[in-house]
Amino acid sequence: METKSILLVGVGGQGTILASKLLTTGLMEAGYDVKMSEIHGMSQRGGSVSSQVRYGKQVQSPVIELGGADILVSFEKMEALRWLEYLKPQGKVVVNDFKILPMPALSGKEEYSEKILEELSSKVETKIIDAGKEALKLGNAKVMNVILLGSTIKMMELTDIDWNKIIEDNVKPGFVDINKTALEAGMKLV
Amino acid sequence: MKKLMTGNEAIARGAYEAGVKFASAYAGTPSTEILENIALYKEIKAEWAPNEKVALESVCGASIAGARSLAAMKHVGVNVAADALFTYSYQGVTGGTVLITADEPGQHSSQNEQDNRNYGPFAKIPVLEPSNSQECLDMVKTAFEISEKYDTIVLIRMTTRVCHSKSIVECSDRLDIPLKKYEKNGPKYLTLPSFSRKNRVKVEERLNRLEDFSNETELNRIEDNKSNIGVIASGGAYHYGKEVFGDEASYLKIGFSFPYPDKLIKNFSEKVEKIYVIEENDPIMENTVKKLGIECHGKDIFPSYGELTPDVLRKALYGKAADTIDYNKDLVVGRPPTLCAGCPHRGFFYEIAKRKDVAISGDIGCYALGASEPYNAMDFNLCMGGAFSTAHGAQQVFDMNVDENKRVVGVLGDSTFFHTGINGLFNVVYNKSKAISVILDNRITGMTGHQENPGSGYTLQGDPTEMIDIESLVRACGVKNIRVVDPNNLADMKETLDWAVGLDEASVIITRWPCALKKFSKEDKEEFGDLFTSKYKIDFEKCIGCKKCIKTGCPAISFDKASKKSFIDILQCVGCGVCSQVCPVEAIERVEM
Ligand SMILES: Cc1ncc(C[n+]2csc(CCOP(=O)(O)OP(=O)(O)O)c2C)c(N)n1
Ligand code: SF4
Ligand code: SF4
Repeated sequence: METKSILLVGVGGQGTILASKLLTTGLMEAGYDVKMSEIHGMSQRGGSVSSQVRYGKQVQSPVIELGGADILVSFEKMEALRWLEYLKPQGKVVVNDFKILPMPALSGKEEYSEKILEELSSKVETKIIDAGKEALKLGNAKVMNVILLGSTIKMMELTDIDWNKIIEDNVKPGFVDINKTALEAGMKLV
Repeated sequence: MKKLMTGNEAIARGAYEAGVKFASAYAGTPSTEILENIALYKEIKAEWAPNEKVALESVCGASIAGARSLAAMKHVGVNVAADALFTYSYQGVTGGTVLITADEPGQHSSQNEQDNRNYGPFAKIPVLEPSNSQECLDMVKTAFEISEKYDTIVLIRMTTRVCHSKSIVECSDRLDIPLKKYEKNGPKYLTLPSFSRKNRVKVEERLNRLEDFSNETELNRIEDNKSNIGVIASGGAYHYGKEVFGDEASYLKIGFSFPYPDKLIKNFSEKVEKIYVIEENDPIMENTVKKLGIECHGKDIFPSYGELTPDVLRKALYGKAADTIDYNKDLVVGRPPTLCAGCPHRGFFYEIAKRKDVAISGDIGCYALGASEPYNAMDFNLCMGGAFSTAHGAQQVFDMNVDENKRVVGVLGDSTFFHTGINGLFNVVYNKSKAISVILDNRITGMTGHQENPGSGYTLQGDPTEMIDIESLVRACGVKNIRVVDPNNLADMKETLDWAVGLDEASVIITRWPCALKKFSKEDKEEFGDLFTSKYKIDFEKCIGCKKCIKTGCPAISFDKASKKSFIDILQCVGCGVCSQVCPVEAIERVEM
């Protein structure tokens, strides 16, 4: 099997780290070789973050190269556009219809474009989901990340893996049920 | 047991399995998680040292006393520890000693890109380079064996991607390595020149024996794919090379990179026609290959700086990387790091940014963001702990020039003050400059992810300990003018700066308020009360759209162009109250939660 590459991007604090942890653990237990790369730098909240996940029979590089990702999953709209160069031209985008203003936009120095989803959809196969709304329906805004994970799993045809068990093993007991529901909801969105 | 681990977690696991009993470090990206993970093993005494030199010296002491011991630090940290390193190299070890250096090709969060493999030949010590997490674990164990067999400290060179990438690791049990019996041994451990001259000779002999080892060890191996192309690679770059060349090349995988495996390199060169040396940063292996009279490609095609990720290699080799999607990049707005909502450094930078009569000498920490928008309140910064010394030197020279009526303000954090910043303060007092020294005490080591430090009251492994008092220390240094101020009180902050600039001699200002992301201790709650429990909101009726609050640079505040009003994101606001003090029409009000 050829190595597959999943690029999860977002803004610090959005929970990409838990999502990639669940994803990589599931892939490992399913018998794939897995590598994952994250750049942790400064501890401040709010920077652009990425988790690069690669799996297959034998994975060499832990980093996804330019034009190398099979799927780009973006927890925030602007980040999808920032990282789009890393997607294969025939790759897919799952984008959360969710906006977090960066400092230049907060201060009114630069404009946060309203045309991002349009630009994405015109260039590449794009699934737009509203994980924020879905999370509120489930009663916890924080499970947005696991909803997005659910969509990723579905898109990458990884639904055979026992994700419920992965959640049980890796999430605090009080949050297992809501995360299971969130994962399922995410699968249904795509 | 199979587990997914980062390189840093695997180093920690390796230390555990190797029977390490003592480990010390000073935090620094990308090395920090090594000690944080070692600390989880109760069998190991794991400590944060105030700086890298102290960390390495403590580890040397632990080794002399008979324990397998490990120090970890980021690349620039090794510069701080280098004095100890170069002489400990002569002394050799009792319990095995390993130093981990975490280098940063690409400078993801560092001030330079030095290649610490250079410390191998410079300090005459062996260097190992793991490529993935399994190798991190295994090489720590091997490094301890090498250390004890060859009587030397061993350097393991990691890079950001090796530290922070996860891959699958097979774990095993901890080895039972008893403490070695302590015997006083002057000729080995005393640095009298008469002893050191003899040890110097031993070091040369040791290098010869290590060179033999380098040619024999499985850490250096040929993967013969019967190809004309040969790749020589080490560290993370080995996997990048394999990603690009796959089975189309043969490989000489270098895991033990100093002393170099001369014979193995010659042997490999006979099997292939064209050699590429893939190494991040300096052409160290490349020069070795060339010195042997073997032709190769290296820095003539691959960049000398940055990471050699597969796309970079492809571009260098074939003129272009994989195809990418073409799109309108003008729509992308940057997301620069900012001081967090409620950051206690905000009040200080907001006030000092307004002064035109000062030059600001900064340092390395979250407060380096004071250099960026909207404050632009930093003139220069150099290295960890350098703020007060560079301020001192600059002040001495400004004072020679009557036209340059500048006061220099040195700015650093609590962890940086304990690191090496205090030495600069000695200099200010001793050599009598009138530099102003500011310690932004946020009660923790913030930027690297909230590590305890000598002033925070807790150890790495969570034990309550003496809380070294910065104010008393400063007083003991002989500083006469000292003020401690709450940085969230802008009027006090301003008045304190006026006071310091008004004096014709040195002063120290200590701002004291905890980092907004800190897990508050019992002592924090006692001292600062209910931390960050309220919120602020803007009354739309009152807001006149003057944007004064925006100039505080708080990421919880945004300006809505349509309504021409400011707006506070209640989820992000932590209620520090700074913005409410700058509003000219009192439109920002506190809401109790
Ligand atoms: C010699 C050296 N060691 C370690 C580091 C990594 N480092 C950068 S900032 C920082 C922490 C600074 O802490 P503090 O001074 O308390 O400031 P804060 O970030 O909390 O504002 C560290 C350890 C470095 N850059 N250089
Ligand atoms: S981590 Fe702490 S010190 Fe650093 S910017 Fe955030 S609040 Fe300020
Ligand atoms: S009170 Fe104002 S400055 Fe402080 S965190 Fe809230 S919005 Fe930001």
